[in-house]
Amino acid sequence: MHHPGTNNKVYKKINDNFEWSSENFKKISEIIKKYPSNRIQSAVIPLLDLAQRQNNGWLSKNSMEKVAETLSMSYIRVLEVATFYSMFNLEPIGKNFVQICRTTPCWLRGSDKLSKVAQEFCETNIGETSDDKKFTVVEVECLGACCNAPMVQINDDYYEDLDEESFKKILQDLKNNKSINVGSQIGRKSSQPERKFDA
Amino acid sequence: MLKEKDKIFKNLYGFEDWKLEGAKKRGIWSNTKELIKMGSEKIVEEIKNSQLRGRGGAGFPAGLKWSFMPKDSGKDHYLVVNADESEPGTCKDREIMRNDPHLLLEGCLVAAFAMHAHTCYIYIRGEYYSESSNLQKAIDEAYTNNLIGKNACGTGWDLDIYLHRGAGAYICGEETALLESLEGKKGQPRLKPPFPAGAGLYGCPTTVTNVETIAVSPTILRRGSKWFANLGSANNTGTKIFSVSGHVNNPCNVEEEMGIPLKDLIEKHAGGVIGGWENLLAVIPGGASVPLLPKSICDTVKMDFDSLKEVQSGLGTAAVIVMNKSTDIVEAIARLSHFYKHESCGQCTPCREGTGWMYRMMEKMIHGNVEHKDIDKILDVTKQIEGHTICALGDAAAWPIQGLFRHFRPEIEKRIQERSRRVA
Repeated sequence: MHHPGTNNKVYKKINDNFEWSSENFKKISEIIKKYPSNRIQSAVIPLLDLAQRQNNGWLSKNSMEKVAETLSMSYIRVLEVATFYSMFNLEPIGKNFVQICRTTPCWLRGSDKLSKVAQEFCETNIGETSDDKKFTVVEVECLGACCNAPMVQINDDYYEDLDEESFKKILQDLKNNKSINVGSQIGRKSSQPERKFDA
Repeated sequence: MLKEKDKIFKNLYGFEDWKLEGAKKRGIWSNTKELIKMGSEKIVEEIKNSQLRGRGGAGFPAGLKWSFMPKDSGKDHYLVVNADESEPGTCKDREIMRNDPHLLLEGCLVAAFAMHAHTCYIYIRGEYYSESSNLQKAIDEAYTNNLIGKNACGTGWDLDIYLHRGAGAYICGEETALLESLEGKKGQPRLKPPFPAGAGLYGCPTTVTNVETIAVSPTILRRGSKWFANLGSANNTGTKIFSVSGHVNNPCNVEEEMGIPLKDLIEKHAGGVIGGWENLLAVIPGGASVPLLPKSICDTVKMDFDSLKEVQSGLGTAAVIVMNKSTDIVEAIARLSHFYKHESCGQCTPCREGTGWMYRMMEKMIHGNVEHKDIDKILDVTKQIEGHTICALGDAAAWPIQGLFRHFRPEIEKRIQERSRRVA
């Protein structure tokens, strides 16, 4: 199953210049303070995350080289980390990164149906980006919201207690750039026991 | 059922304010200074007496673990909180972190003090974005109010708490992989010994502990180890957050007394099995890594470490995954095999090669597309992986498959027969 985060190849087609934004540059000095001064390599995951956010959700070769330079690490050590962790995308993704949880607790409650909805709505296959670049659809392993299954993560946010209809509406609203409520889509608080029954 | 007054997690669902003001109303940070005044030895003793067992899956006695930290090592000591909650079925720490983060932070101070640590890292899984945002706000509040930082709570103890976000690797929930990751490397487990208490983060004495274990500790100290030990049964004491997911009418997280019968947990808290108790097929009682239990065992089994061990399963993280008779049980386990194949860090050959092989075999088994002898073959492979890897991921990949064949072997044999009849 393709996933830009589990792909181990460095993307060759685009490699724009990468310099830290002034805002991120400030953030970096705060992040580095968390670790002993001779252990700043600890900041590699936070910095790759910053770089990815600045670079539209994926890591180019230049951006990883910038992280290496910032932390005085060799590039290969940074690449090693970037390829190991699935949240680092090594190729461009769409505006909305739709990650459908496929592991057993979500599957028991219908994650397959959500996967189908996403592929149909976005007119794309799992692991691919829609032609309008608005969506990249992937299936991922357990996202740790099992009592609110089935659920989907889109960019930073969790959408929970989904069914085909509510999920389709979310995708529609995202396509139309409308704001949507994150969290449970059946109006329950966190993972409280009471919920509306389907029938 | 657990009485309201004995609940530790009073804001599990977030109905009340999660910030400092709300936390104080729930008694958090109320007399932390007095708790610290007990002294580190007394704190560790109280935790030992409470018989609290680690809530992250292995169930190791918490007080004993804390006592492993040396007194005068001459090095920095670290407390590392494992908030890399990724065990399929488990979503309890998430509720603590977003709905009652101060409960965790107060626990960090008490535990760090007991372990002579001035620095605490909370390693949270990267996907938990809103949870880390709440937790960071709570950390900021705690610093502003001198609850942590220099002279935390006026105790004379300095404690810095830092939040560190991971980036999507289940293996980083393994304590030494977590430390590798925190050091800025691939999250591949270390050989033990040395154990983290001797040489952990940056080669210094370190204790890695689950969120829930840390979060319950101030309440244990406040109300006394006797109170905690009187809940549940000997060696399986206290309260526990259970995550009930899958085919139940009301999936939920709920705090209950250790040793609650599984049937009560499902029927009283989770609205019962969809289609009724008689429609139950099997339950995975402790997160994806533990072997499943068929209905006949679920009828009577109690939810604690020892009771579940007796029936060849485990309490694990107390994540109860319920499957009713509509479930393709082989696919349910094959999905877990896919999970382990995906999450294997690739360091040990038996796990790296074995998880992939087992997944491919399990996929075929769904359709009965194997021979009878393949059942014994896959069981043999699980035995070759189990116990032959650096960390427990290999075991965790093997056990669900062993559990499946222990209780549902005839189901797979039936599929093989049906398919061979169709093909013929």
